[in-house]
Amino acid sequence: MFPLTVENKHVAQLLLSTGTCPRCIFRFCGVDFHAPYKLPYKELLRELQKFLEAEEDELVSEVPNPPPKKIRLQEPEDQIDGMDSLSQNGEGKLSVTEDGSSSSKNSNLNVCNVCLGILQDFCEKEFIKKVCQKVEASGFEFTNLVLSVSFPPQLSVREHAAWLLVKQEMGELIFMLFRKQSLSLGRNDIVQLKEAYKWITHPLFSEELGVPIDGKSLFEVSVVFAHPETVEDCHFLRAICPDCFKPAKNKQSVFTRMAVMKALNKIKEEDFCKQFPCPPNSPKAVCTVLEIECAHGAVFVAGRYNKYSRNLPQTPWIIDGERKLESSVEELISDHLLKVFKAESFNFSSSGREDVDVRTLGNGRPFAIELVNPHRVHFTSQEIKELQQKINNSSNKIQVRDLQLVTREAIGHMKEGEEEKTKTYSALIWTNKAIQRKDIEFLDDIKDLNIDQKTPLRVLHRRPLAVRTRIIHSMETRYVDEHHFRLYLKTQAGTYIKEFVHGDFGRTKPNIGSLMDVTADILELDVESVDVDWPPALDD
Amino acid sequence: MTTEPKDPVADLAPEPAVPSLVDRYFTRWYKADVKGKPCEDHCILQHSNRICVITLAGSHPVLQSGKTIKSISYQISTNCSRLQNKVSGKFKRGAQFLTELAPLCKIYCSDGEEYTISSCVRGRLMEVNENILHKPSILQEKPSTEGYIAVVLPKFEESKSITEGLLTQKEYEEVVVKRLRATTAAS
Repeated sequence: MFPLTVENKHVAQLLLSTGTCPRCIFRFCGVDFHAPYKLPYKELLRELQKFLEAEEDELVSEVPNPPPKKIRLQEPEDQIDGMDSLSQNGEGKLSVTEDGSSSSKNSNLNVCNVCLGILQDFCEKEFIKKVCQKVEASGFEFTNLVLSVSFPPQLSVREHAAWLLVKQEMGELIFMLFRKQSLSLGRNDIVQLKEAYKWITHPLFSEELGVPIDGKSLFEVSVVFAHPETVEDCHFLRAICPDCFKPAKNKQSVFTRMAVMKALNKIKEEDFCKQFPCPPNSPKAVCTVLEIECAHGAVFVAGRYNKYSRNLPQTPWIIDGERKLESSVEELISDHLLKVFKAESFNFSSSGREDVDVRTLGNGRPFAIELVNPHRVHFTSQEIKELQQKINNSSNKIQVRDLQLVTREAIGHMKEGEEEKTKTYSALIWTNKAIQRKDIEFLDDIKDLNIDQKTPLRVLHRRPLAVRTRIIHSMETRYVDEHHFRLYLKTQAGTYIKEFVHGDFGRTKPNIGSLMDVTADILELDVESVDVDWPPALDD
Repeated sequence: MTTEPKDPVADLAPEPAVPSLVDRYFTRWYKADVKGKPCEDHCILQHSNRICVITLAGSHPVLQSGKTIKSISYQISTNCSRLQNKVSGKFKRGAQFLTELAPLCKIYCSDGEEYTISSCVRGRLMEVNENILHKPSILQEKPSTEGYIAVVLPKFEESKSITEGLLTQKEYEEVVVKRLRATTAAS
């Protein structure tokens, strides 16, 4: 059934005559069910014209409990008489209808002065098909999608103008009838352009692509519209509301939708009307499509890595734009993932990190990799296993285990453990004085030793200066020769082991040198375990 | 001279298989006759991350045999003490700024001599070594590690240029040799 009632007639008439499309007219009449919007455009226009030409009597019957005809028919006329666009005849309602319908006939396939074609051409199957072709050509793997559309900001200005037109020209009385209770048409009663666009296009997209539309989907298709012809519509707002349009670094234009909305809320109605035509003028062309882009939300892969090289940094080591070492742990792992997931980039994180010259043995160090904009996201556990094998076959400097897909939230477990958990190490230590077995035995008996570490000089340039108390839970020694012994340590995470051995200019106290009353240095260091039980261990 | 493992004179212990901590991560720079005072040589250890540790060079009078340090003071004027230096945050706000000539501390010896140690590099003062206040002998025992004077962070853009006026290890050794010859010739 045609959604407008007699109460909407004047508004519909006015808008149609000033160059507004049928769907925008529905929006301004507060039509909030989907079906009418989905009707073919030509049919809508025909129906609307039929409705406007129809006799009052026919319409009245559709309105339950019609208010006294007198008020409805007589009073508005006084208002309408004063209207520029509709008052040529000045003879009351009938002539207005004729006037409006004739002007709408001329403009019936013209570009809407409010939506600039968004609810016209851009709702048509033809356009939807064009977008879908792009989506399919993008090569993304997806099982649902979320659609995001961006309209030019001047649409808000035009909508505001049309709203003021309706509000002022039709007078408050009409609105009392229109809304039955409230005295004026609230802006919130207008159906949002975005909503109407969604109602019309979502089923079309869903049908064309064969997947449901889901607001929570990680796969996003975004369509950006622009309308160069009317781009200056917003500019007068800046002079009136300079506060709303402050330049921001990463914005191309100060006229964002939000800024325009803010200004429209602040500006006085009479000021607006002085500066901007109400009704807004009719544009020559519809919007242009600035871009149609597809993007997939990040997916996450976690695992544990071993590092067997003392010449391999965890992350690329670049100083003054120059690479110090050819590769890194994160690259050796992520390069394979990037290829298989067909992702744009990655972000590597791990439960702590080791120095370039430190090996990580045992069960390895937990890590997680964020794959940004992946084109492929569905993998069986067998495929992931094969991927792990591929990484492991490609380098003898690292090995990976427990590789698995994880959620973004689960990565928190890895970081939680960073400070509280313990780590075990093995260090080869040199002493300047000759030592015997009995000189190191006492270290085995030390339990839960508190040490104070000033931020090591080697990281002081990028970390705050502080004294941090750390616990050396236990130590175990193995004598090597007069100047060497091996020290196994279990410590609180976050302990700087190298500094605990050599003392860092006396800035870590006590240290192995001070405990033994020698000058000690560390020649080799291995991480034996990182005691974080995430990600879960897998078989094989 | 010093008793550190790397010291060529006092070196009785075997070398570690790798260079010492200082040699692994730091470059040694020197300034001879600081403020025109003969033999008052300073050694600046610059880490690869640009941080500078200010120390006494082996040839500094304080490190010569027979000297005893009576006390060390970071109070460099009536209203400025290097001990008041405080830095906060990653960007080390609130640090005292030092020019090349800025004094860091004064060393008073039992023979009545007093020596002023200067920064030698422009930058912000990160910390001074309070350990040497309580135990001045560390300064003589381990002048290039635990007996350091202060840590200075040069500006990022000046991290290369601050060492331009300083002597390299080789140039410093030449200066010391020349000085030695001059004293032998004179006597």
